[in-house]
Amino acid sequence: MNKIKDKLALWAPSVVFAEGEPLTATVPADRFHDTARNLKEDPDTRFDYLVCLTGMDWGETLGAVYHLRSTELGHEIVLRTETADRENPCLQSVSDVWETANLNEREVFDFFGIRFTGHPDMRRLFLRTDWEGYPLRKDYDASPEVNPVRLENDESPDTTTVWEERDGKAVASERVIFDDSEYVVNIGPQHPATHGVLRFRVSLEGEIIKKVDVNCGYIHRGIEKMCESLTYPQTLALTDRLDYLSAHQNRHALCMCIEKAMGIEVPERAQYIRTIMDELNRLSSHLLFWSTLCMDLGALTAFFYGFRDREKVLDMMEETTGGRLIQNYNVIGGVMADIHPNLVKRIKEFIVYLPKMLEEYDEVFTGNVIARSRMQGIGILPKDVAVSYGVTGPSGRASGWHCDVRKLKPYGVYDKVDFKEIVRTGGDTFDRYLVRVDEIRESLHILEQLVDNIPQGDYAVKTKPIIRVPEGCYFSSVEASRGEFGVYIESRGDKYPYRVKFRSPGLPLVAVVDRLASGGKIADLIAVGGSLDYVVPDIDR
Amino acid sequence: MLLNTYTDSIDFQAFTGWIHGVLSGALPAWGVTLVECVLIGLGLLLGYALIALALIYIERKVCAFFQCRLGPNRVGPYGTVQSVADMIKMLIKELISIDHIDRFLFNLAPFIVIISSVLAFGCLPFAKNFQVLDYNVGIFFLMAVSSIGIVGILLAGWSSNNKYSLIGAMRSGAQMISYELSIGLSIMTMVVLAGTMQISEIVERQADGWFLFTGHVPAVIAFLIYLVAGTAETNRGPFDLPEADSELTAGYHTEYSGMHFGFFYLAEYLNLFIVAGIATTLFLGGWMPLHVAGWDSFNAVMDYIPSIVWFLAKVGFVIFVIMWFKWTFPRLRIDQLLRLEWKYLLPLNLVNLMLMVIVVVFGLHF
Amino acid sequence: MNGFKKYMTSFFSGLLSLLKGMKVTIRVFFRKKTTEQYPENRDTLKMFDRFRGQLVMPHNENNEHKCVACGICQMNCPNGSIRVVSETVTDEEGKKKKVLTRYEYDLGSCLYCQLCVRSCPHGAIEFDTKFEHAVFTREKLVRRLNREGSTLVKK
Repeated sequence: MNKIKDKLALWAPSVVFAEGEPLTATVPADRFHDTARNLKEDPDTRFDYLVCLTGMDWGETLGAVYHLRSTELGHEIVLRTETADRENPCLQSVSDVWETANLNEREVFDFFGIRFTGHPDMRRLFLRTDWEGYPLRKDYDASPEVNPVRLENDESPDTTTVWEERDGKAVASERVIFDDSEYVVNIGPQHPATHGVLRFRVSLEGEIIKKVDVNCGYIHRGIEKMCESLTYPQTLALTDRLDYLSAHQNRHALCMCIEKAMGIEVPERAQYIRTIMDELNRLSSHLLFWSTLCMDLGALTAFFYGFRDREKVLDMMEETTGGRLIQNYNVIGGVMADIHPNLVKRIKEFIVYLPKMLEEYDEVFTGNVIARSRMQGIGILPKDVAVSYGVTGPSGRASGWHCDVRKLKPYGVYDKVDFKEIVRTGGDTFDRYLVRVDEIRESLHILEQLVDNIPQGDYAVKTKPIIRVPEGCYFSSVEASRGEFGVYIESRGDKYPYRVKFRSPGLPLVAVVDRLASGGKIADLIAVGGSLDYVVPDIDR
Repeated sequence: MLLNTYTDSIDFQAFTGWIHGVLSGALPAWGVTLVECVLIGLGLLLGYALIALALIYIERKVCAFFQCRLGPNRVGPYGTVQSVADMIKMLIKELISIDHIDRFLFNLAPFIVIISSVLAFGCLPFAKNFQVLDYNVGIFFLMAVSSIGIVGILLAGWSSNNKYSLIGAMRSGAQMISYELSIGLSIMTMVVLAGTMQISEIVERQADGWFLFTGHVPAVIAFLIYLVAGTAETNRGPFDLPEADSELTAGYHTEYSGMHFGFFYLAEYLNLFIVAGIATTLFLGGWMPLHVAGWDSFNAVMDYIPSIVWFLAKVGFVIFVIMWFKWTFPRLRIDQLLRLEWKYLLPLNLVNLMLMVIVVVFGLHF
Repeated sequence: MNGFKKYMTSFFSGLLSLLKGMKVTIRVFFRKKTTEQYPENRDTLKMFDRFRGQLVMPHNENNEHKCVACGICQMNCPNGSIRVVSETVTDEEGKKKKVLTRYEYDLGSCLYCQLCVRSCPHGAIEFDTKFEHAVFTREKLVRRLNREGSTLVKK
């Protein structure tokens, strides 16, 4: 800890440290890029994983918060940097240090108007090109006259802006994404294989893909902005609507973050219930992944088998929580209601039922020679690239990265159950597929240990009717179905959060598509997309 | 031989002869020919549409059963009228006109596809003495007309001014031209065994036993290759790349609407029927009943079943197998598809043809 | 020769894997189907008790409800789906009292987050399990939950 402090002071002499855990350092904007590079490359720090990049409007200043973690050394640090210029704010880009910063900095530019110098592609990420103002700034004018509902087509430009720092000033230049001679095909926003309204602009040479440009934002709802005007219990309702296939896990993360901030102790029974529901949610999500990947590869029948079995999981969840996708079950301090008396029996039946079906899955798809040749060796994601892009979850683990939050920072009752972290080393589409299929089995194994041992007690603690989170910054994360889902809350002691940021596992997954699909065939793009298993509402928060 | 005494319980020759007699009594010779041509044409088109409708219904039902579903079950008993309702819908739908297309070729394409499949349909021997086109080079004719369809598909993709369509058409071109080889060679293998190219003759030669059984190993291999290549020829899964819905939305017919799309749709199902029909004719004895040497009473029972039922039942079986393929396997990638043809099927086919020649020359077949 | 052996084994193992898949699908072909035939099964179709279909205000046989028009539910709703209209009346003893006149609930914007039900101090509202909500206009989704002429339940 002190070593890191010393090093930081060496690299950026005017660095300011804040009190508390984890180590938080405010780095001056003009030293930020070099400091970031040193933090990543120095053998004592090795911060190679940028967990979360949050744009901030602190009133006087605009800035960004970077949550860093070292995959080797395990330590964490929070960096802050800011600029007082609200008219033409500029920060240094770290997209050449951590690849995941690329899309995240575009998001910050989109919502706060901060230009990142040295960023190769400073376009808006989510909003239309003709959008007025930057919505997550505190002084944003949200009246409909400024940004009416526009019905005309929003042309996607083929060029992008690059900002460079010259003599202390930011200078813009133009960079071409697609030139006139390229054969550009839209995959999406309405396309069966993008699993939602996501758009890839793909430059083709015959069947070979040369370049993929991701266009997001078709269903962006501004949930982070909405949260700033909602009370803490009200914000919970929106997390279910991010990644709707890990609704329960997302809400778990937000509840955990608020509970940690307020120092609420969650009863043991509630912890067990939360963990069980997390795993059920993972089961349903992975079964859906299996189905949709099969469908993307053309095996439509397999799709129905997965859905048939997922239905049983949904029934279990519906009986206890009242919802199939939007479960609405976690509350601050516990869960909404006790588990339904039938749940334990149903889970036990399911633990017996599913393995037989999994054998059928293997026969009909995993072992199939066509399926194998479609997946093996396609879209190889090396481990260092996965870390740099922040590709967590099953996709990261298929590349050999031990990134399971359930193991790294056990929450719920994951420290009390015995389970394997499924890690493979190939990093290709087939490994990503196998990791998920094995995780289905591992989830069953976890459930098996939990269902009989749910302790008696309260399912929730009583909380005050009005919840105020003490001033400070809080970050917690869970292992959602498709990666690390983090919640960053900055509170000023109100009953409303000052800023909420959701670290979605989906954004790195689409960011890496270009890397994985370029050089392959169109059909490979579909296979890669299916195996990454992104969910669009999670990307477009 | 007992087997050759097979008389059909439905005598089509008597029926057609009767029509001919009636017409000859009333009209001059050229008039008779004209009316008969029109009648046959109408009959063909009617049969074509009816079979397509039935196939669409069967496909949906079979597909549903593979997928633990029930399939269409709302319109009519067990949903039997569903495809008729769909047809009516298709007929009254608007033909959407699209900007910046090559209008002439765009409108021509579906007709080329449908004409090619109607011509091929006419060659099928449905029952004893019930066949429209029967040349002495019938097999050649069949292969020639069935490969016209690819021109229609290429035109459709090219004239649509749509990138998905173009990619779909290009895939289709590469695929169908490649698999035409396999189809042709496996048919040739059987022609070697039959010693004739006339379709009715080929069926007659199987009176003593279907070629699949009498032709030894090469016939079985040829049958399997034909099934694979036939599936590929009809653009059905796992070879449905030209219209791969998860990649190209609908491939070459993305921009078509209304009855123009309906033509592609009809032709697709009829091609399935034709491929199955040729398989039946060449390998499964056409309309010949199943006979087992020595089981006289069994053979007599089999003879009671009309030949058209035999034909349709065999075609139905082959169609079911092809549907079974489609609803089990994932889709291949274009390079894998071509590799399967050029690296596996084509060499196998050539060896198989040689093998068949040896079998025939030395009289090793049953 | 090795190459040829590999060629042949890959061919046959591939073929075997395909046949295995076909075995599974044909087994399923003859299995019982899982389709639920809605709306034919309307009579037997029962949603789970905790299923959230729509917000209702239960009334007893005397046309009385429990709502005191305090407005906590309206305050708690994250999406503004609830509007409580009340009036102040003076009763016989001369006490001023808030009385519910209209409880409006917009099903179209409801998030089903249950904050209203959980925060209600009197248990006046709850979710029922009706799920057939389709209507032709959005206006029809705005519902009045208190019945005509209903009053607060007397203690």
